[in-house]
Order: sequence, then structure tokens, then C-alpha cells
Amino acid sequence: MKGELHFRDRAKAEELARLIRELAPEGPIKLVHVCGTHEITIAEHGLRSLLPPQLEVLEGPGCPVCVTPARHIDEAIELAKRGHILATFGDMARVPGSRMSLEEARSEGADVRIVYSVTDAVALARRTDREVVFFAVGFETTAPMVAAAVLDGLPANFSLLVSHKLIPPAMEALLQNEHGIRGFIAPGHVSTIIGERPYQVFPTRYRLSVVISGFEPLDVLYAIALLLRQLREGRPQVVNAYPRAVRPEGNRRAQEILSEVFEVVDHHWRGIGLIPRSGLALREEFREWDARVKFGLDLKREKGDDQPQEALHPGCRCHLVITAQVTPDECPLFQRACTPRTPYGPCMVGEEGMCNIWYRYGGRPKL
Amino acid sequence: MSMPGQKHDERITLLHGAGGELQGELLARLLRSFQGSRRSAGGLGLDELDDSGSIPLPDGKHLVFTTDSHVVQPLTFPGGDIGQLAVAGTVNDLAVMGAQPIALSCGLVIPEGFPIGELERLLRSMDRALEEAGVALITGDTKVLAHGELDGLIINTAGVGLAERLITDSGLRAGDKLIVTGTVGDHGLALLAHREGLEFETELESDVAPINHLIMRALEAGGEGITAMKDPTRGGLAACLNELARKSGMGLLIWEERIPMKPEARGLAELLGINPLEIASEGKAVIGVAPERAEAVLEALRAHPQGREAALIGEATREFPGKVILVTEVGGKRFLEPPLGDPVPRIC
Repeated sequence: MKGELHFRDRAKAEELARLIRELAPEGPIKLVHVCGTHEITIAEHGLRSLLPPQLEVLEGPGCPVCVTPARHIDEAIELAKRGHILATFGDMARVPGSRMSLEEARSEGADVRIVYSVTDAVALARRTDREVVFFAVGFETTAPMVAAAVLDGLPANFSLLVSHKLIPPAMEALLQNEHGIRGFIAPGHVSTIIGERPYQVFPTRYRLSVVISGFEPLDVLYAIALLLRQLREGRPQVVNAYPRAVRPEGNRRAQEILSEVFEVVDHHWRGIGLIPRSGLALREEFREWDARVKFGLDLKREKGDDQPQEALHPGCRCHLVITAQVTPDECPLFQRACTPRTPYGPCMVGEEGMCNIWYRYGGRPKL
Repeated sequence: MSMPGQKHDERITLLHGAGGELQGELLARLLRSFQGSRRSAGGLGLDELDDSGSIPLPDGKHLVFTTDSHVVQPLTFPGGDIGQLAVAGTVNDLAVMGAQPIALSCGLVIPEGFPIGELERLLRSMDRALEEAGVALITGDTKVLAHGELDGLIINTAGVGLAERLITDSGLRAGDKLIVTGTVGDHGLALLAHREGLEFETELESDVAPINHLIMRALEAGGEGITAMKDPTRGGLAACLNELARKSGMGLLIWEERIPMKPEARGLAELLGINPLEIASEGKAVIGVAPERAEAVLEALRAHPQGREAALIGEATREFPGKVILVTEVGGKRFLEPPLGDPVPRIC
């Protein structure tokens, strides 16, 4: 494991931590990443204890399960209750919709199956005569696999409930209100697909730097140091600090099949609300695989749908965690009433949710 | 919408038996069923939830008593089998109380159709482990269940031992050093690799073994300086350290890079995305020892073949009582939380 040692070298980590302390401005400063894997790196390696107290690094909308709107979960439950097999990822099944979760629907008799990929779901459909609906959630990383499955040809008893989302528009949505964000750490996985260009809007329009980062502790510390240096020098730009995986242009082939199968549409994000051009929908020629069309789904809109706090328990601050306005321990429910076993909100359910990660990896240690 | 935590119909789940936080809550709840009877016989009782219970004897010694049911799947795995495990599990639970194990019982629950030759082979393996531990098998029971009522073999063992001085989970004092007797996570990870069909890619074997002789060496070298002992079985080192911290009211400071781990165990855990500190060992112990005896104990352990990789991994402090603080390999600090449950089912 030579590579691992290289990216976890203690002396280098200490050197970067010293650099970060030198570069950090005196007042409070907030940086945002948008990826559960980055949050796990930060929490698991205790990186926050190496940062100066005025510097905060928050997750933002980096957990696909957490930002899936309650309305889409309700649609999945509706399809399952009509007798179809609803295939989804494990933690998606446990997120509450506006009345219940898919797991609760299963205990009432709905056929909900846990799968690890769209390929599993397609294989499931080939083994049965019943309709299999795959609940397609995730960002630019998972959507190409679904697009490839569509292009490969799907069985007639298979359809997609699409809830795919795009990360850069969500980053931009965070900047529409009072936010205090001084820079972004961009997700390495998503960036391998989309490349550097979609982040260019941040230095140009908002004078904010973006550093594309990998997932080892030294990657993240380095990204933080770069953001602080650009801030000090007043030269906002997009920097690819993960060139061992991310090409400037991204993965062209994945981008092509994505745009062949999907079109970009306005989309609701749980905890944020409607974000223009932030989601994917199947193009006209693939509508026969769209479960909403195939089964004439038209759930009644309810008052409060589309609001950031839609379908959250009273007191749950998940919408503020998702918009990088509070840390999990600033929520009075965190670790007391709200735990992974008794979650109040999606951020404690999703394994990439900041509350879930802080719970598993020791929260913010005031050490 | 229903409130979190509300359950219409409470049932036992696999996590209730996985050695983590949820199992702890279940045990606390189930113990409340015992109201009229005595929960202690004058020594350690049900409420302490230690590795064994104890009965004080007139000569000042302690009779130590424990029981354990073994349900591992598959019955034979890289590095061991259920027979060896059934002996090691109970012998080690006695040994970490500071007791010299004396005798075991063996209760077999066998499914109809189980090959008798296979049963004999597993019992011979038990025999070898008993011989290694120097412990007698003095009583037993055998039941057979109809086809379909049981999917594998269950072996229950109970055991008794004698201790001059009881070593409990709650005994740590500020400044005490923490020693682990060898690499952690080997048992659970070897089983997992085997079940996932990865055994050809790793040499990893279970560490299952009775370690009463090894622990005796530590007790001789440490004397009164040994303040706590526990074996990191289900829930791994994370569950074990948290229990020692909680029961003693001490904060435990642990250096991640000093925790002995086989490189293949570390690699496999990373590959499977699981935390190796939450994975069971079946032939290891964590020992709390006064600082002035720590070197002697470490030396005694390393002189024994089962303790060659023993390491000092941390110390008890008055800071953060009841919590475990991990100093990570890059020099950060975080709490090491008790796992919800061992991520690998049916490992012991």
C-alpha cells in the first residue's frame, strides 16, 4: 500500500496544517465541499482538529439520498403499492417521504428490493414477469451508468423513476442568499465525468475559487491550503488538484451518453427547493422507460411541497445542513433524539449525509 | 408521518445480536425482566455485564463463571472451526477476568441430517483446543432438531475458573497504559474474505485460539499493576475500548498508527469499505496496566508466541471521561465511537 502511505504522510499533513494556519484570515471563514466521501475523509482522519478554529469546512448538498425530494419518494411508494417491484439503493429505502419511507411501505406489504446498481435491477427484471421500477437517484457519477443501461436496451417490464441531479447548479444555488462561503472544494468523482469547465462560473460570476480534490487526507488539506492562498492573493480560479483522476475536459464518452439519453430540467432539491437546470429527465425518445409516463403518475401537489423544509420533522435542521448554514452539532436533535437508528431527517439516514457521518466518525471533536 | 423511533411492532433484528450499541440497549432492557431473583451471588453479577460473573469463595479467591453460544457460518473457516472457537470464546472470557480456567461444559444443538463424521472432526478440534488451554471438559448435553428447524450447528460452552484477584472492565485509572496483545480484526476479516470468495487473494487467517497462557504471563509480569482486561470480540477494538472507557469513567487516548494490524487485513477492510477497528478478533486481549509495569508486561507478552506483535496503543486520561479519542495517522484527532454493531453477522 505504497500509494496509501504517500497520501497519508504525517509530516506532510503537519506541514499543510501549518500552512493553512498561516494563510487563514483572522475572521471567521467558511469553505464548502459537496461530497459525502470528502466529509468521510475529513471526519475519519480527524482533519478538523488540525484546522484553525475560525475556519469551517461544511458539506453542503453532497448526499444524493438526502436531497431527493419527498415527492419522488412518495411516487416510488405509490408505484410499489400498485404492485410493482421497486428497486432502490439501501439508504434510499430508509429516507422518509412526506408520510413514510419505502422501508415502512415494505412492512405494509409493498415489494421493495435493495440493489447495488441499475445493472442489478435490470437483471432482476429479466428474471421475472412483473414490472421492475428502478429508482434512479444520484449525481453525475451514477447517471451515466443508467444512461448506458438505457442505450444497451431494457426489458419491456422495466422502467425508471428518474431523480438524477447535477452538482454545479446546486453549488450555485447556495450563493443566491446570504451565505458567507469563500470557496468550494469540488468533488473528485463528479469531476472525472464533467471536467473543469462547469465550475468556471464561480470565479467569473461570484469571484470564488474552486479546487477539484481527491479523497485522501493530504488531498483535502492541500485543497484547503490552495483555496486560502487564492483568497489571500485575490485571484479566484478553478484548479484541478486531482489530475491523477480528472482530465480537464472530463470523460467525453460519459458526457455524450448522458446528453443522448437525458435532457437537463429544473429540479427540486430537498432542503433547498427548486433549482433551475439542476436535474435530468429522460428525453422524448426514451419516454417509454419513464415510470411516470408509463403509469400515469400524477401525485397531487400539496401545500409546502417545494419549500426547503418540505416534509421535515419539526425541529429537524437538515435543510440548514444541506445549505451549509449549520453543522450537525448545531441541531438540538443531533446525537440525542436523532441517530442513524432513529433518524429525524434525511441527513442522518444517508450514508453520505453530514449528520450520519458525524455520528459514525465521532462528530466534531472539540479536542 | 410517524415519529422516529416509534415502532408498531418491535422485533429482534440482526443488529440486536451484533455486539454494538443496539445489543447493549437490548440487554439493559431484557435484564429488567429479572426482578424477583438475585442478579448477583455476592460478586460480579448480571448488572456488571462483564465477560464473566463471579462468586466469592471463603478462602478469598473468586469462582468465575461464563457461558457463550457459538453459531459461526461456515463451520470451518480459514484458520479455524466452530469447535476451536467454542473453546477459545469461553476460555478467553474467563482468562480476561484474571482467572485460571478449570473446566468447560459443551451443549450441542445439531440439525437432522448433519454428517456424524463432520461432527467428530469438529469435536476433535475442540479436544485439541482444550488440550492447548489445559482445561477439562466435564459435562455436556446433546439435542437434535428436525430438518428445517436449524440451518447449522450450535455449540454452547460454559466454563468455570479460579481467580486470586478479579480483573474487571471498570478498573482503569488515570495514567494507565493500554496494551493490545496482537493484530486486531483477523477473525472477522478472514471470515468475510472467505464468504465473499476473496480467500485466494489473501493469506489472512482467523486468530481463533485460547489465550489463557498468554494472559497468565501478563498477570505474572504486571502483578497488581494490571487494572483491566477485555477481549475485543464482536464490535472489535472500537466496542472494547468504549466499554472500558465507559465502565471506568476514564477517557482513552489511542494512537491509530500503533494499533497492530496485518497489512492484508487493512487492505481487505479498505477494499470492502468497512472499519477494521469494528471487526472481531478471537485470540486477542486489551490490557490496562499501571505505567511503571507497562514495559515488563509488554516484554512478557512479546516473549510468548501468541503475543509477538503486542503493542502499547494508548493511555487512560481524566479528559473526556467515558470517551475514546483516536489520534489518526495524519495527526488529527476524533472520537472513536462505539459501533452500532459488528458489520459481519455470524462470526462467533
